[in-house]
Amino acid sequence: MSLFGDALAWILDGGHWGGPTGIDTRLWQHLAVTFAAVALAAAVAIPLGVLIGHTGRGRLVVVATAGAVRAVPTLGLLTLLGLWLGIGLTAPLLALVVLAFPSLLAGAYAGVESADRGAVDAARSLGMSEWQLVLRVELPLGAAVVIGGLRAATLQVVATATLAAYLSDTGLGRYLFAGLKSRDYPQMLAGALLVAALALLLDVALAFVQRACRGPAPLAPSDAAPEAAPAKG
Amino acid sequence: MGIEFRGVSKTYADGTVAVTDFSCTVPSHSTLALVGSSGSGKTTLMRMVNRMVDPSAGTVLIDERDVRELDKVALRRSIGYVPQAGGLLPHRRVVDNVATVPVLTGTSRRTARADALDLLARVGLDPALGRRFPSQLSGGQQQRVAVARALAADPHILLMDEPFGAVDPIVRRDLQDQLAELQAELGKTIVLVTHDIDEAFRLGDQVVILRTGGVVAQTGTPQQILAEPADDFVRDFVGADRAERRLTTTEVDGRRIVVDGDGRPVGVLA
Ligand SMILES: Nc1ncnc2c1ncn2[C@@H]1O[C@H](COP(=O)(O)OP(=O)(O)O)[C@@H](O)[C@H]1O
Ligand SMILES: [Mg+2]
Repeated sequence: MSLFGDALAWILDGGHWGGPTGIDTRLWQHLAVTFAAVALAAAVAIPLGVLIGHTGRGRLVVVATAGAVRAVPTLGLLTLLGLWLGIGLTAPLLALVVLAFPSLLAGAYAGVESADRGAVDAARSLGMSEWQLVLRVELPLGAAVVIGGLRAATLQVVATATLAAYLSDTGLGRYLFAGLKSRDYPQMLAGALLVAALALLLDVALAFVQRACRGPAPLAPSDAAPEAAPAKG
Repeated sequence: MGIEFRGVSKTYADGTVAVTDFSCTVPSHSTLALVGSSGSGKTTLMRMVNRMVDPSAGTVLIDERDVRELDKVALRRSIGYVPQAGGLLPHRRVVDNVATVPVLTGTSRRTARADALDLLARVGLDPALGRRFPSQLSGGQQQRVAVARALAADPHILLMDEPFGAVDPIVRRDLQDQLAELQAELGKTIVLVTHDIDEAFRLGDQVVILRTGGVVAQTGTPQQILAEPADDFVRDFVGADRAERRLTTTEVDGRRIVVDGDGRPVGVLA
C-alpha cells in the first residue's frame, strides 16, 4: 500500500484512538495549546492595536513588531526558551504567543484604522465618548479585518503548535517526533495530515465568522426605494 | 438658546489659518447661514459650537456660558448635528441611526426606536425604511435620515454642515422647503453651513459671507446683502449682476409682469 494509504489506515485504526496518547486526546491538546497561545497574545495585541488605530499614535510599533518577530525563527526561539525555561509546556507556549502577536496586532490596528472616518467623526459629533466610539463604531466596522488578523494568527499557531511536542508530551506533534525517531513514516504522515485537517477546519470556521462581520450588502438597485414621495404632514 | 461667537480665530497645527477674529450673535430660534467657497472656514466655525474644534483665540458662548466650561460629550449630545455627506453609521439600521443620541442618554432602546419611526415620518420618509441599512437608501433619503437623527433628542441648537450639498438640485429644493417648514414649527437655533448662496438666502435669517481664511466679507439679512453688497467680492458671490437676479417689470395688457435679465418672465407683480 502507498504511504498515504498507510497513513490513513493508521488514523482509522481504532487502537490509535482513546487513552492518554490517543488521537482524540492529542487533537484536544493541540487545539487547547493553539487556543491558549492565541488568547494570550490577543489579550495584549488586540487592545494595543485598537489603541494605536484609534489614536493614530505609535504606528511605528506595529511595523517594527511585525518586522522583528517575522525575522525570528520560531524553532530557534523555542530552543532558546527551552534552554532557559526547561522541559515543559511554558517555552513552546511562549514561542507561539510571540508568533501570534504581529498578525493580531496588525489586524486590530488596521481594522480600527479602516473604519470610515466620516462615520467616526459623525459619531463623535453626536456625543459618543472615546470608548463608545471604539466599541460601537470602530470595532464593528473593522471587525472583518480584526478577524482576518485572528485567522492568520490561528493558522500560523495551529501549524507551529506541532513544535510543542519538541519539549513536552503535548499535541499532534508527538506523532511526528515519535514517527521520526522510530522511522514509522505512516505515523509521521498521519500526524501531519491531522494537523493540516485541524488547520483547515479552524480556517474555514473563522472565514465564516469573518464573512458574517462584513456587514450588510446593499440591495440591488431595483430594490432600492424610489426617491421619497414625501408624506408631508 | 442663543449662540455668540466672540472674537474667535483658528489656526490649525500645520499653520493653516481657517478663521480670523470672527464675531457674531445668533439669537434664539433664528437661523444663521455661513456661506463661502470651499476652504473658507465655515465648517471650522460651526464645529466650535459643539467643541469639535477649540478656537485658538476668542470664545463661543451658548446662553452666555463659555462652551469650554461644559463637558464635551454632554454638550455634543445636547446639540443636533447633521454632518457633511450624512455620516450615517453604515452598520446600523436607519431606525437605530436615528435613535443614536437618545440611546446614549439613557432612553430605553424600545422607546427610542418608536420615537425614531415617528421622526422618519416627520422628515417625509416612510417609517418602513427604518429597517434598512443606510447603503440601501438614496442620497436624498440618507440626508433626511441625518436630519431626523439630529432632531431625535429634541435639541435647542442644530448644526448643519452642507446638509443638502450631495443631492441633485430638485431633491435639494424639496429638502430645503421641508427644513423651512420644520423650522417654522420647531423654532430651533440653527447654524447652517453652505456654499450655495441661494440656499443661504432661502433658509438664513442672518447670512455671513466668508472669504478665504475665515474673514467676514459681509454680514446681514438676505435683503440687506442683495440690496447693498459690501464690495465686488460679495456682489460677485451673490451674483447681484446675474441675469436671474436683475429683475425688471414690463406692462402686458394692463398687468405688471416681472422679467429677468434674459427677458424671461418670472412672475406677476401683485
Ligand atoms: N484638521 C485640520 N487640520 C489642518 N487644516 C485644516 C483642518 N481642518 C480644516 N483645515 C483647513 O482649514 C481651512 C478651512 O477649512 P474648513 O473649515 O473645512 O472650510 P469649509 O468648511 O469652508 O470648506 C481649509 O484650508 C482647510 O484645509
Ligand atoms: Mg466644510
